[in-house]
Amino acid sequence: MTLLHWAIISPFLMAIIIPLLYKLFRKIHTGWFVLILPVILFTYFFQFISITSGGNTIKETVQWMPSFDINFTAYVDGLGLLFALLITGIGSLVVLYSIYYLNKDKEQLHNFYVYLLMFMGAMLGVVLSDNLIVLYMFWEFTSISSFLLIGYWYHRERSRYGAQKSMLMTVFGGLSMLGGFLLLYVMGGSFSIREIVGMAGELSTDPLFIPALILVLLGAFTKSAQFPFHIWLPDAMEAPTPVSAYLHSATMVKAGLYLVARMSPVFADQGLWLWLVGGFGILTLFWGSFNAVKQTDLKGILAFSTVSQLGLIMSLLGVGAAALHYDHINDNIFLVATLAAVFHLINHATFKGSLFMVVGIVDHETGTRDIRKLGGLMSFMPITFTIAIIGAFSMAGLPPFNGFLSKEMFFTGMVNIMEADLFNLQTWGLLFPILAWVGSVFTFLYSMIIVFKTFTGKHQPEKLEKKPHEAPIGMLISPIILASLVVIFGFFPNILSHSVIEPAVAAITPSLAKEVEVHISFWHGVGPELFMTLGVFLFGILLYVLLPKWKHIYTWIPEKLTLNSFYDRGIIAAERGSSRFTKGYMTGYIRSYLVYIFSFFIAILLFTMWYKGAFAINTEYVAPIGIYEIALALILVISSVTTLFAKSRLTSIIALGAAGYTVSLFFVLFRAPDLALTQLVIETVSVALFLLCFYHLPPLSRHEERMSFKLGNALISIGVGVVVTLVAISSYSTKLFDSISKYYIENVYDEAGGKNMVNVILVDFRGFDTLFEICVLAIAALGIFSMIKLRLTRRKEG
Amino acid sequence: MEILMAIVIGFLFMSAVYLMLSKSLLRIIIGTGLLSHGAHLLILSVSGLKDKAAAPLLGEHAKDYVDPLPQALILTAIVISFGVTAFFLVLAYRAYQELGTDNVDQMRGTEGNE
Repeated sequence: MTLLHWAIISPFLMAIIIPLLYKLFRKIHTGWFVLILPVILFTYFFQFISITSGGNTIKETVQWMPSFDINFTAYVDGLGLLFALLITGIGSLVVLYSIYYLNKDKEQLHNFYVYLLMFMGAMLGVVLSDNLIVLYMFWEFTSISSFLLIGYWYHRERSRYGAQKSMLMTVFGGLSMLGGFLLLYVMGGSFSIREIVGMAGELSTDPLFIPALILVLLGAFTKSAQFPFHIWLPDAMEAPTPVSAYLHSATMVKAGLYLVARMSPVFADQGLWLWLVGGFGILTLFWGSFNAVKQTDLKGILAFSTVSQLGLIMSLLGVGAAALHYDHINDNIFLVATLAAVFHLINHATFKGSLFMVVGIVDHETGTRDIRKLGGLMSFMPITFTIAIIGAFSMAGLPPFNGFLSKEMFFTGMVNIMEADLFNLQTWGLLFPILAWVGSVFTFLYSMIIVFKTFTGKHQPEKLEKKPHEAPIGMLISPIILASLVVIFGFFPNILSHSVIEPAVAAITPSLAKEVEVHISFWHGVGPELFMTLGVFLFGILLYVLLPKWKHIYTWIPEKLTLNSFYDRGIIAAERGSSRFTKGYMTGYIRSYLVYIFSFFIAILLFTMWYKGAFAINTEYVAPIGIYEIALALILVISSVTTLFAKSRLTSIIALGAAGYTVSLFFVLFRAPDLALTQLVIETVSVALFLLCFYHLPPLSRHEERMSFKLGNALISIGVGVVVTLVAISSYSTKLFDSISKYYIENVYDEAGGKNMVNVILVDFRGFDTLFEICVLAIAALGIFSMIKLRLTRRKEG
Repeated sequence: MEILMAIVIGFLFMSAVYLMLSKSLLRIIIGTGLLSHGAHLLILSVSGLKDKAAAPLLGEHAKDYVDPLPQALILTAIVISFGVTAFFLVLAYRAYQELGTDNVDQMRGTEGNE
């Protein structure tokens, strides 16, 4: 275990001692203890920048299950480090914010911080693992801890609903992803991402390659809330706001982006990857931003905005993959998309984190998040307002904030995709910039709604639960830091470019690593991007002003046709369907189950005999039939059939006895004296027992019951009889080898000193059978005794 | 002879299955009794019913004996099936006493009836 490994699992270790600290120091907010860890981790990971910016990587392996090729391999390169810094950095700020957000007397803080630390450790494990199975393990840890955090206020029905929904979706994706990983292992023979990337060229011709690609993408799309799996994210907003800020904007939802970026060198050789990632990304961008405008809850807007921004980054990763796919074009024009993806990933984490915190403050200070009740808070909360403006303007892509820069690069990337000559159809490539532009207009629109509907306009004190005032300074520290980063990255973007972005881009496109040279310029001349941005502003402002006039288009899609309603009805239908199915065949009647068993018996045996041509009849060894045998056989058949048609029970009991005695006569005839003796005695005792039971029938049901003839029963029983007869005849007719009984006959006296072969076999050659047969009798006797004697219910009554 | 026995055994199995599918508990037990008779005879017949062979007693001084192994197996099976039948019968008797019915359909436990 190196220091790096300890760093990854340290949040888990911390999570173990948190409940102890919570119980011991009730006076101190537990968050202060937690805060130490992410700060230390952040400074620790910060040192790695000097290594990765030189193009170097670190790889440390701890053996875990070496025989299965599963080892805990920590691997730090530019991409992993970028995410690790985001996780620990924003983690520190979120913990700090939560100290002021959550009340230490009213909330169960130990639960909260244990889940949060679990999540942090899991996320670090995801981004710093080189082994696919270890990555999957940490991946599911993030799903579980996210489930626990969404359901943190478990007494609320909506929280439980949201938690269950996110769990079902992300675990569905996680399991698909595991399938994809296993296929990769089948193809490449290794779980190491590094080794699989090395084999990328050979793998792409494998027939399993496309299924692996789709399965891995399913995992990434569900986790990163891509269309149509985005519906869990708005419902996850039931979590406490620090959780929404951390998990559902900055880190967990980016795990899918991380996976796509990490797997790009493996899969990007396929055009399908480019199309799926880029296409679903751009669709999600449009759909998320379009729906965000409809929301009235601030967190709802931010949830859909997160969905849309994740789609933006996803589409950029897809377009960036074209750099690896199309060799004939100058690669650098696609590299800008990857660069934009990485840059926007950082920017989104900063401004979305601060916006969530702002919304949390508004909620905390006014008691509502509904934009229809809010308004005119600018004069009450000037600092919060400033942060909100910075965050929202950056999200909208306004200069001079960092969102502007990444949006310009986004447009550049989208315009460049038209040059790829996809499908030899210019029109398909044209869809990318158009959807991107429309999505940006809506992004602008909802960013303005967040700021202006909340902070300007008329103040409505009668609708608010509390009298609004500025938040405590402790709550403002984290959003202030994030907003400052938004501004700093806006003005000086190149402080990031060489240290963080270049190594990350190099990790995503390893074959082009030498060509990566990032320079983000604030002003890049007059091009189509500039006009697109201007158009976004103009149309955005126009739409914002006219919003009340066209808002009714959102009612065009009826509630029944939304994805949420499909999901809900799907869940209900699955539950009802399986319940109906189970009730359909589990009738509770013993006859039904016997019918199933016997039908399968008949069907399978008949089918096998027919399929294998197993029926045979051979009269070569058959013994001749005498007059006694015919008479006995007739008696046996008659007595057995008599039990069927007997009008009274007494008749059928006597018929059963007759059958038993006939069987013992058969034993006499077939020279089995011991069997005949035993059969005679046991049949007598059995018939006596039957009569005893018959005598004890309660008077109520003593009525003589005539059998109701049932055709189905008759068919099944005839079928069983025929099958047994066929099997008996065929098995007798195909003797494969001689009996082993010669040994018994020859050695019964010499070895065992007895002359009765059956008895010697029972007690000497095969004595164990007899021992346990005695046990059976003993157990039956004890069982009968206790059934008669033990009357627990009656004792209770008495 | 073996073919005749196979047909007789078929009849025994048929009656047994038919009884086991009926509603009365006593009939089901009678069915299991017939089924075990059928199984015992099946073991004996399939091993061969040699015509000119003696009973498996060395004192007979015969040239050929019938196969002793299936007889030992059947003896074990008879005793076990007797034990099970006796247990089953007393169970049925106790069920009559406690539930007041011998109709299997009425013994069905439903969800709300516990």
